[in-house]
Amino acid sequence: MTQSKMMPPETRQTDRIRTLFARSPALGPTVALVIVTLFFSVVTDTFFSLDNFSAVINQSVVIGALALGQTLVILTAGIDLANAAIAVFGTILITKLVTQGSPPVVGLTVGVIACGLIALVSGTLVARLKLPPFIVTLGMLAVVTAVTNIYSGGTTWRVPEGLLTWLGRQTYLFGGIPMTYGMGLVVVLYVVVWAVLSKTAWGRHVYAVGGAPEATRLNGINTQRTLISVYVVAGLIYGIAAWLAMGRTPTADPNAYQTGNLDSITAVVIGGTSLFGGRGGVAGTAVGALIVAVLRSGLTQMGIDTNYQNLATGVLVIAAVAFDQIARRRTA
Amino acid sequence: MSTVKETHGSDRSPNNTGPVLSARGLVKRYGNVAAIRDSDFDLYPGEVLAVVGDNGAGKSSLIKALSGALIPDSGSIMLDGNDVRFESPAAARRLGIETVYQTLAVAPLLDIATNLFLGRELRRGGFLGKLRVLDRNAMRERARQQLDSLGIATIQDITQPVETLSGGQRQAVAVARAAMFGSKLVIMDEPTAALGVRETSHVLDLIRRIRDRGLPVVLISHDMPAIFEVADRIHVHRLGRRIGVVDPSEVSMSDVVAFITGAKEIPAGESEEHAV
Repeated sequence: MTQSKMMPPETRQTDRIRTLFARSPALGPTVALVIVTLFFSVVTDTFFSLDNFSAVINQSVVIGALALGQTLVILTAGIDLANAAIAVFGTILITKLVTQGSPPVVGLTVGVIACGLIALVSGTLVARLKLPPFIVTLGMLAVVTAVTNIYSGGTTWRVPEGLLTWLGRQTYLFGGIPMTYGMGLVVVLYVVVWAVLSKTAWGRHVYAVGGAPEATRLNGINTQRTLISVYVVAGLIYGIAAWLAMGRTPTADPNAYQTGNLDSITAVVIGGTSLFGGRGGVAGTAVGALIVAVLRSGLTQMGIDTNYQNLATGVLVIAAVAFDQIARRRTA
Repeated sequence: MSTVKETHGSDRSPNNTGPVLSARGLVKRYGNVAAIRDSDFDLYPGEVLAVVGDNGAGKSSLIKALSGALIPDSGSIMLDGNDVRFESPAAARRLGIETVYQTLAVAPLLDIATNLFLGRELRRGGFLGKLRVLDRNAMRERARQQLDSLGIATIQDITQPVETLSGGQRQAVAVARAAMFGSKLVIMDEPTAALGVRETSHVLDLIRRIRDRGLPVVLISHDMPAIFEVADRIHVHRLGRRIGVVDPSEVSMSDVVAFITGAKEIPAGESEEHAV
C-alpha cells in the first residue's frame, strides 16, 4: 500500500482494488450476493419484495447458526461434518425432555449443553489424539445420527409451544419489516462471535492455531486447549441452532437437516474462509449463508427442481474451494 | 569432574563477570543414544556466543535443554548463578530466555503487531479489559517502537500480514519479538539459514544491535562467515559435548571447521580450558 505511491496510476488503481478485497474478505461474497439477488429479482416476478427477502433470511437462520460454529472449526483448519446431526439430536433431546415434564428452560439448557459436550468429544479427539477432523466428525455424524434415531424411536416429535418455539414468532421491525425473533438472535450471535474473534486474545489464537499451529505452540500458547475450546463453542452454537430449528418448524424430526453439514460448509467457504485454516471470518459466512439461501429460494421460485439446486450447491462449494486454493498458491 | 571444569572455566569471562547462563554436566539420552554427553555451556553478559557443530553433534539438543524444549536427564543449568529447571519453553521464557526458531517462528496470516504479541497480548484497561478485549493500539505502537529501535526500517506497515514480508523481514519480526520480551538472553537457531546475502547481513546487524543493548545472544549456525562477523566467542560441539570455546580473532574459519569435524584438536592455549 505504501509502495503504491511510486507506481504508475493505472497499476495503483488495480492495486488499490486488490488491497481493498484482500483486506476486507467479506467484500467479494457481498458483491456475489448482490449479483445473485439482482439476477433473481429480474428473472422472477416474486423475488423482489420485502416479504420475500424476510422469508429468505428466515430460511437461512438454522444454516446460518450451523455455519457460524462451522466457521470457528474451519478457521482452525478443521471441519465439522456432524454439526447438523448434533443440532438435530438437540431438537429431539429438548423436545422429549420438555414433553416428559421438564420445564422448558431446563430442557433447553440441558439440550444446548449436551450439544457442547458432543462437540467436546470431537474436539478432544482432534486436539489430544491428533486425529483428522474429517474422520472424527464423520464418525461422530454416524454415531450422533444413530443415537438420535434410537432415542427418538425413529419418529417425529411435536415441539411444545412456548419457549421452545419462541424464536419462530414474527414481529415487525420499524413498523413494517417482517422478521422473527430467531433472525434477531442469529444477528446477535454473529456480532458476538465476530467481536470475540477480532477483539480478544482467544480470537487471535484461533486464527494463529489454524494458520500456523507449530509457530503458535512455540509462542507458548496451549494450542490443544484452544482447539478443544473452539469445538465446544461451536457445539453450543449448534445447540442454539437446535432452538432456532424448533422455532422454524415446531416438529423435532430425526431426519431433518441432512444436508445441513454441506450447506454450512458451503456458506463458510463461499464466504471466503479458507479450508486450510487461519483465514476468513464470520462476516463472510453471514453473506455466504445468505447466498445459499438466495440461490435455493430463487431457483425454487424459478421452478427449478431441488435436485438441480443440490447440484448447484455442490458445484458452488467446489468452485469456492478451488478459488481459495488458487489464491493461496499465489500468495504462498 | 564437572567441579574441576568449573574452577577452570567459569571465571574466564570476557569482562570478568559471571555467566548469565551456564550449564554443567548436561546429559540427555534417547535409549542407548546420548544426544548430550556431559556437556557444559557458558554465556557471558554482552556477548554473541556462536554454537557450532556437525549435524548430529548434539548442539540442537543442548540448545533445546537451555530453552526448556527438552528436559535433560542430569546436569545443572544456572541462570545468573542460580540453579534453574525449565519444565517447558514457557518456563524458560518466563525467566527471560527468548528463542528464535529456525522455521515456523511466525504466523504468516497474522499481522506484524499481532505476531509480536502472540501469546502475550496486551489487554485494555477497565471494564473492556475484564471482557478480555485487546488493546490493539498499544500493541501497534509498541511494535512500531520496537521495530524502529532495532532499525528495521524496511517494514513500513505494522498491520500488514507477515505473509506479505520477505524471508529476511519475517526473521526480523521473530528477532524483534525475542528482543522485546527477552530480559536475560536471546537464543537464535540458524537465523540466516534460509536467507540471501543481503538479508543475512541485515539479520547480523540486528544481532549486533541486540547485543549492544545488553542482551547476550546465543547463535546456532553453520554459516562460518556470519559467525566470524558477529560472534565474540565460538562454542565448538562434537559428539554430544563441548570440546572447547575459541576466540574468532585467534583462529581461522578452516580451523573451526577442523575442530568441528575432529580433524584438529583445539590447542590448549586457545581454548578456554573447557576441553578435558
